[in-house]
Amino acid sequence: MIKAILIFNNHGKPRLSKFYEHYNEDTEQQIIRETFHLVSKRDENVCNFLEGGMLIGGSDYKLIYRHYATLYFVFCVDSSESELGILDLIQVFVETLDKCFENVCELDLIFHVDKVHNILAEMVMGGMVLETNMNEIITQVDAQNKMEKSEVSLTLFDIYS
Amino acid sequence: MALKIVKGSIDRMFDKNLQDLVRGIRNHKEDEAKYISTCIDEIKQELKQDNIAVKANAVCKLTYLQMLGYDVSWAAFNIVEVMSSSKFTYKRIGYLAASQCFHESTDVIMLTTNQIRKDLSSPNQYDTGVALTGLSCFVTPDLARDLANDIMTLMSHTKPYIRKKAVLIMYKVFLKYPESLRPAFPRLKEKLEDPDPGVQSAAVNVICELARRNPKNYLSLAPLFFKLMTSSTNNWVLIKIIKLFGALTPLEPRLGKKLIEPLTNLIHSTSAMSLLYECVNTVIAVLISLSSGMPNHSASIQLCVQKLRILIEDSDQNCEPSVNACMKYLGLLAMSKILKTHPKSVQSHKDLILQCLDDKDESIRLRALDLLYGMVSKKNLMEIVKKLMLHVDKAEGTTYRDELLTKIIDICSQSNYQYITNFEWYISILVELTRLEGTRHGHLIASQMLDVAIRVKAIRVFAVAQMATLLDNAHLLTGNVQRKGICEVLYAAAWICGEFSEHLDNPTQTLEAMLRPKVATLPGHIQAVYVQNAAKLFATVLKSQEGNTDSTAAQETSQLMIDRLPLFVQSANLEVQERASCILQLVKYIQKLQQKDVEIAEEVIALFAGELNPVAPKAQKKVPVPEGLDLDAWINEPPSESESEDEQPRAIFAKEEPKHSRPRHTEVDEKELAKRREARKQEQANNPFYIKSSPSSQKVYQEAPGVEHIPVVQIDLSVPLKVPVFCPTGLPMSDQYVKLEEERRQKDRADKKKKEKKKRKEKRSGRGKRHDSGPESEEDITPAHMVDIVTEEMPENALPSDDDDKDPNDPHKALDIDLDKPLADSEKLPVRSHRAAEVLKSPAQDGDAESAASQEPKKKSSKEKREKKKDKDRDRKKSKEDKKKKKKHKHEEKGEDLLGGQAEEPVVQSEATSEVAAPPTSTTAEVSDLDFWLSNAPVPSNTQEAATVVAAAEAAPTSEVASGTAPDSEPDEPKDTETEETKSSKHKKKKQKKEKEEKEKKKKKKHHHHHHHSDGGGEESVQNGTVEEEEPLPPMSNYCLLAENSYIKMMMEDADKVNDIQGNLQDGSQVVVSVIFENKCDSFLKSMEFNVLDSLNSKLQRPEGSGPHDGLTVPFQLPPGVSNEARFVFTMQSIITPQKLKGTLTFIVKNEDSSTHEKLDFKLHFTCTSYLISTPCYSDAFAKLLESGDLKCSSVKLEGVVMPFHHLLARICFRHHFSVVERIDSCASMYSRSIQDHHVCLLVKTSGQTVSIDAKCDEPTLLGNVLDEIKQTFSQC
Repeated sequence: MIKAILIFNNHGKPRLSKFYEHYNEDTEQQIIRETFHLVSKRDENVCNFLEGGMLIGGSDYKLIYRHYATLYFVFCVDSSESELGILDLIQVFVETLDKCFENVCELDLIFHVDKVHNILAEMVMGGMVLETNMNEIITQVDAQNKMEKSEVSLTLFDIYS
Repeated sequence: MALKIVKGSIDRMFDKNLQDLVRGIRNHKEDEAKYISTCIDEIKQELKQDNIAVKANAVCKLTYLQMLGYDVSWAAFNIVEVMSSSKFTYKRIGYLAASQCFHESTDVIMLTTNQIRKDLSSPNQYDTGVALTGLSCFVTPDLARDLANDIMTLMSHTKPYIRKKAVLIMYKVFLKYPESLRPAFPRLKEKLEDPDPGVQSAAVNVICELARRNPKNYLSLAPLFFKLMTSSTNNWVLIKIIKLFGALTPLEPRLGKKLIEPLTNLIHSTSAMSLLYECVNTVIAVLISLSSGMPNHSASIQLCVQKLRILIEDSDQNCEPSVNACMKYLGLLAMSKILKTHPKSVQSHKDLILQCLDDKDESIRLRALDLLYGMVSKKNLMEIVKKLMLHVDKAEGTTYRDELLTKIIDICSQSNYQYITNFEWYISILVELTRLEGTRHGHLIASQMLDVAIRVKAIRVFAVAQMATLLDNAHLLTGNVQRKGICEVLYAAAWICGEFSEHLDNPTQTLEAMLRPKVATLPGHIQAVYVQNAAKLFATVLKSQEGNTDSTAAQETSQLMIDRLPLFVQSANLEVQERASCILQLVKYIQKLQQKDVEIAEEVIALFAGELNPVAPKAQKKVPVPEGLDLDAWINEPPSESESEDEQPRAIFAKEEPKHSRPRHTEVDEKELAKRREARKQEQANNPFYIKSSPSSQKVYQEAPGVEHIPVVQIDLSVPLKVPVFCPTGLPMSDQYVKLEEERRQKDRADKKKKEKKKRKEKRSGRGKRHDSGPESEEDITPAHMVDIVTEEMPENALPSDDDDKDPNDPHKALDIDLDKPLADSEKLPVRSHRAAEVLKSPAQDGDAESAASQEPKKKSSKEKREKKKDKDRDRKKSKEDKKKKKKHKHEEKGEDLLGGQAEEPVVQSEATSEVAAPPTSTTAEVSDLDFWLSNAPVPSNTQEAATVVAAAEAAPTSEVASGTAPDSEPDEPKDTETEETKSSKHKKKKQKKEKEEKEKKKKKKHHHHHHHSDGGGEESVQNGTVEEEEPLPPMSNYCLLAENSYIKMMMEDADKVNDIQGNLQDGSQVVVSVIFENKCDSFLKSMEFNVLDSLNSKLQRPEGSGPHDGLTVPFQLPPGVSNEARFVFTMQSIITPQKLKGTLTFIVKNEDSSTHEKLDFKLHFTCTSYLISTPCYSDAFAKLLESGDLKCSSVKLEGVVMPFHHLLARICFRHHFSVVERIDSCASMYSRSIQDHHVCLLVKTSGQTVSIDAKCDEPTLLGNVLDEIKQTFSQC
């Protein structure tokens, strides 16, 4: 099970937070801060797994992260997930974002966090991996966006007619 | 109206959207909070508008603000509004917001049920998808229960997109509503073979997640997963399955053997590192499970460790460094798995682990630390800890340093300080650790200090000295704010100095240190300990000074106390204040006495006399509940429920499990009570948790199970050593110990060498080698101290329980459900219906309780079945042997007893055929499926699979046949031999007659078997009739005549006595038969032997060691005219049909001049009634039971019954072991339970001479028979 998925930048600013277990807002912020603190002080060429983190986790949980340019993608998972499998999943996630946003950069995530959520929802559901096939994810995301667009034009039509 | 819409949408044009909000926040870096609060005000305005688009925009912005840490739960209702929009765009926004901020205690969730249901059944698959995604984040027990059925329907949706989401969300539903697991599982299992890979993957995901927590329940799925593993190409699925197999192999070693080959294939073929690694991991798990107990496999473990070492050590130049680091990490992780079972294999790689301890990567260091735990020995502990101490000094981050600290303590204290040879060294390590700044583990160090000082008596002198120094330098520990955590050690220091003050060199100085004004800045609980222990110290000081002629010193000490204590009396902390003022007054009084030159030291010391023993941390939990104390029972009966509920059961004659069927209070006679009281007293006396009534008994306790009686781990010693220079705190003293220790060991070794030279005769092969290679073996290292490690106390007769570590709140506990059992009718997911308000009240609780109640017996029964199967297997072997023997026997006897021999064969055959006809129980079939699959047959290909399953299903009943024949054919033999003996002895005259009897018996036997296995009701009733007619029934007595002759009369009561009920319920298959033997003749009857021919279904329980056909000696003799009662226990397999057993009583009739051997044949008739236990049942529970719907209905009409209704009821109660649940006028509900937990419910109505009985039971056959018996009872009156 995945307990949480966090994206923050090199300064610890959250760009996306998805908790699959309930915490109150303050705790969530603390978790983000702590996770950033743990992850950011690590060298580039050390391993991508991290234990500890007092707030999230416990002995069964691990932080698995990847660092892309200005962003950290962090997954908090328990022992039922394969460590390397999650690393691959992060890669799939980033590649999907790249396809959906066409050369994704931090700004895309800043301004379109809702879209990122929608993409993520096609990959992970309620803490469990739903789909790992990038093409399938993109197909579903595109189909939904298309639906949304048709609805928007319909709304506009409603308004001005 | 139109204008309004236009206005709204124009407004919307000028509203901030999410992008504007983000931009705004970025532009207001200086006053972000202020800006956001104005934005929230705007949002609040927007939410008030009717336009859903405006609302959705506002909610979208709120979702963003939620991520920034703003509580948006106040908008929960608006979120629900947006969720229920008909437009997908808004719906999606609404569900996203809900998934981010709804949780179980969000009350508006209740409002969403119908909306979600609507969305789930929407024709647009994305509406459904969005609803499922949202629901997966905020599903509550209520939602899970209400929507489980809808979601289950979606699992078979035409669109794979919906199917996979529905399958995945089922896991969340199971967690919140465990009752749904069994009804939904068949479909879930089906989805493992869904044509869509996404759906398949989701199903694998869910089952793996379920199986991870309760692997044994999913063992039967192994063949299916195996098939998937060999056919799937989806790496994600493969990883999950392989991880699952890793969890299953420890439960079933045969599985491991099967896995090795496909796993090896995957390892060779895959290019995905993740899959490869999981394969290796599972191979390790397989090897571990295979090698336990098999030494030849440890070589392959060794090989694994070697390979892992390569993974850890080498870095692939082509890879990124981080990838190499990952592999290193995972290599260490895998090694730690091996360490648990094969510590030896890993220990040889200590160098590598220690090297990893120096890695720059903290994660790798932590993994290495974990491994270190298993590597220490007496020999290298000091060295390893020294290294760790160096790391402690170097470590920058507090997290890692704290981790190091806990690891050091873990390593040293593991298995009762097993590896510590020198406790002075350990104490100094602990003291050194107090120098750490900002650690959170002051408490941990303190508890170690206390533990060691209390449990290792020999170390107290040293510990007290160290602690005194600590107290003296307390300012170092309390100096700055950062050291807050560490001042906890002062708690330990003060206590140790006070408790063991007799060992102090300079108690006055320590006393002074403890009363410094600075102490008042410490936390309250530490101050309290200071004050209390200052008093102890004071007592010691007084004692030492009393001998002096000069009393001024003593008075000075008192004065010191009187001067300093008022500071604590003013403390804000209640505990400190109370103790301080008490002690202050005491000291003042002492001072007064001192001035009168009264010797008081002894009395003051007596205040603190006695020693405190360590108590194990779990001791409290292990205290057994005293016999006869039911913690769940009401002390006072609860007030009765409202009247409206009382009426319920009459109205609905439907079904459910009785929740409150409470254990019956057994009637206990005075003797028994006295016995229990005595036992309890005994127990209390030995139990430290009871406050004793008299002071004397306290003393007894202190002396009896006191320190001397506590088991002591003795470590013997050679030379006690002292560190020559006494260092003040802050200097690494422990290093000196390491050096000294080395010297000492060398000396030891030298000594040993000498000794060895003296004792030449000893074989020196092993030792010689050791000398060459340097390191000594564990046993060679002698500890430096005479050390008694006092083990912790446990209450006597503590309950051995392993479930201490299990978290009772773990949601997965509720999912430990047997899935192989076929579904009962009642196990359905709740379908949408209008529920009565009262049902809503506490659905979750109700559900839990019910499921707990219903699962308990289920699990039990399946276990029993399995056990029985095992037994049968064993029996089968035995029976084969028996058969062989018998055959020989038969040949010998053939001439004499041809008839008997012939009769035997057909009996067995009819037996076998009827067994085959009986459908095998599904559990056995499942198990044997798995067994078959696991048996060493070649890996079945896809086509073979189906065939094997069928074959296995066929194999199951045949095996039962084989085992079934054995016990049945056995009883024949003793008969033959017995009759043989009798023939040869006194009764030669009767030989002819006997043989006739024999024939008859055989015939009857045959008949009996026939009856037993055929389900034809008619035949049975005839038999019942014939038997019952013979029974003369004295009014209201369950005793009936069993057999009678001129010598003896046997009366039987087929009921279970009150005393035996418990035993019956536990076993679920025992019936106790009380037989009254009455001597009717003038002679003395002795050596009575009671014997019964066991049938397949019912067996007489014989004492251990006796054969299956030995008679039971009746434990008394009968003088003329006397009667006595004996009880016999029978074990029943199936209780749903009545049973008849033939038996013989042999006895010796003794006159003054002669004695003759006599026998009496009888027939034991076990009616179905005799399997019922009258169990009280409350009307509400009764109603529930009836509502539950898993009971089968049947009814019977009795005509011409002329007796008052209450007589009728009394008769049913008495004869058929029912209890009246409720009675209204001429109508009554009755309840009873069988020893195998079948519920039997009756509704008896009478009108005129007609009595109609409606009955329900979960076992129709049993019910039919019981009703027949009831009918019989009344037809006779």
